[in-house]
Amino acid sequence: MSIEVRHISKSFGNFTALHDVSLQVHDGELLALLGPSGSGKTTLLRIISGLEVPDANPDSEILFHGQSVVDCPVRHREVGFVFQHYALFRHMSVADNIGFGLRMRPRATRPSKSEIRDRVGKLLKLIQLEGFGDRFPSQLSGGQRQRVALARALAVEPKVLLLDEPFGALDAKVRQGLRTWLRRLHDEIHLTSVLVTHDQDEALEVADRVVVMNQARIEQVGTPDEVFHHPQTPFVMEFLGQVNVFHGRVSQGKIELDDPFVSEHANVNVGSSPPAVYARPHELDIQRESTSGEGFYATVKRLHLAGPIARVLLEAENGGDVQVHLSLERFYELALQPGVAAFVVPKNGRVFEAASKMKLG
Amino acid sequence: MGFSNQRGSGGRIASPLLEPRWVRWSLTAFSCSFLVLFLVVPLAVVFAEALRKGVGAYWAGITDPTAWSAIKLTLLVVAISVPLNLVFGLAASWAIAKFEFWGKSLLITLIDLPFAVSPVVSGLIFVLLFGLHGWFGAWLDSWGLQVIFAVPGVVLATIFVTFPFVAREVIPLMQEQGTEQEQAALTLGANGWQTFWFVTLPNVRWAVWYGVILCNARAMGEFGAVSVVSGHIRGKTNTIPLHVEILYNEYNFVAAFAVASLLALLALVTLVAKALVERRIHLSSTSLEPTTVES
Repeated sequence: MSIEVRHISKSFGNFTALHDVSLQVHDGELLALLGPSGSGKTTLLRIISGLEVPDANPDSEILFHGQSVVDCPVRHREVGFVFQHYALFRHMSVADNIGFGLRMRPRATRPSKSEIRDRVGKLLKLIQLEGFGDRFPSQLSGGQRQRVALARALAVEPKVLLLDEPFGALDAKVRQGLRTWLRRLHDEIHLTSVLVTHDQDEALEVADRVVVMNQARIEQVGTPDEVFHHPQTPFVMEFLGQVNVFHGRVSQGKIELDDPFVSEHANVNVGSSPPAVYARPHELDIQRESTSGEGFYATVKRLHLAGPIARVLLEAENGGDVQVHLSLERFYELALQPGVAAFVVPKNGRVFEAASKMKLG
Repeated sequence: MGFSNQRGSGGRIASPLLEPRWVRWSLTAFSCSFLVLFLVVPLAVVFAEALRKGVGAYWAGITDPTAWSAIKLTLLVVAISVPLNLVFGLAASWAIAKFEFWGKSLLITLIDLPFAVSPVVSGLIFVLLFGLHGWFGAWLDSWGLQVIFAVPGVVLATIFVTFPFVAREVIPLMQEQGTEQEQAALTLGANGWQTFWFVTLPNVRWAVWYGVILCNARAMGEFGAVSVVSGHIRGKTNTIPLHVEILYNEYNFVAAFAVASLLALLALVTLVAKALVERRIHLSSTSLEPTTVES
């Protein structure tokens, strides 16, 4: 079932959590809301679920499959909601947790006890926890608890599945496993799903489309490929990976750098500062000698080789740090060592301007 | 002092907080003798005095019609005030823990009022309100209703004095648990009543029991407030504590202590029940701790 929100705003006191946000979730897709904390992603999810009410505005609308659900209370919206901290009923067994939604139905639509038991059994199988039905949540690991929470949400056969940082409280290894599992599950059941996360790897890996949010607004919507390779704003560029920022410009397909400096924060070209060129570490190359007159001089500061690529940290003449990612072959070809002088040559880069966007490469 | 001094005789490493032996011994001895002097001895005296003239006299004291009527009145007062305070305590806790509203901190303060006010003053409040010369006295009298120096006054005073017990036990627990489980129940289609009955209440049930036990003990034993409003009418408005006082003032020591021993027994039962419930609270709160390391 498709979801559409139009012109949704939400403030808590003086804090604006969402500012005039509109978004469409296609039928059967897995959409990720990605952003730093405070960007409004969880508020948007909770507004879709009905747990939060948007600010009153005649233009605002929430549609499930074209039908307005603004006046529909949470318990009739038929959404499955998975909480970051599981929110399992701790006094109930795993089986009772999963069957809760079915047991709460009015008598007319409530399945019989044996039907509920069958459905719970199937869901336990789906989350690979067969034989765990009689345990209590406190006897499960974090990853198991979150799978139970997911099964509990799926038991009522919701029309949409909403996941609020579902893997946020788990350690890295478990998170990776559950992420892959969730994607596989989605491919099996094709339930329209919205996943909130602040982890860009998670969003890029799991989702069909990613919505990047910042400061109560949507920055960009696109496939993981689009948002990673074609960011439309400095924020998206910065949030989805490491970035080097230089003072300079792109003219006639060439990058001209005024002053090679690197900033932690991408938003340096706001205001009066000179225009900035953005390049990801893998969009820079290192040469031992300046052959073409391009690039700038820097000294190798630190090497990080534990991984599929070589990560090189250099220091420019003005003291700024530059991150470069090279293939291991290229790295060994260059025979870099800390303290060695080299030239950093941009292969690709972007400038973001308010009016026109230019891209090289 | 070197590190070797911190080792006990058995080679165990002593706690760095461990005090010298004589300090430990004297502290323990002091606490124990204090307990014996002020708790165990008086309790023993109650039973010794009650049984001084044999079991027959003891039994006669308890089964005396006025004693029996005091016992029945006490049970009636408990049967009314404890359930009412249970409902009130749950409602107040639910409101305070799950909602934000104006005047919330005032409500929390007001719940503690009966603890802060002397029971005698609590009783006087009701005399001033419902006594024949009080604010509503004449109006009540015109309807032929008597509150003060009658059973309704005793019930009202007891409710007033005991109403913090359940609320004070349940509020902190509900606040600590937050609202996430309730939100989960709502998204699963449960209505407000189902959410309360199947999710909220089971999560706080041992705290509720604990509050009820304490409330019950206080309702049975309340003297000050009840004494002011009851009028001490034998066989009519006397509760157990009031009856004990009357018997004692009449130098009827055996009967007085016999009836008092009932309250003492109640205290012992309350202690046992309280210990059992505390154990459950402890067990359930430790087993609810996450067992896995979560970052």
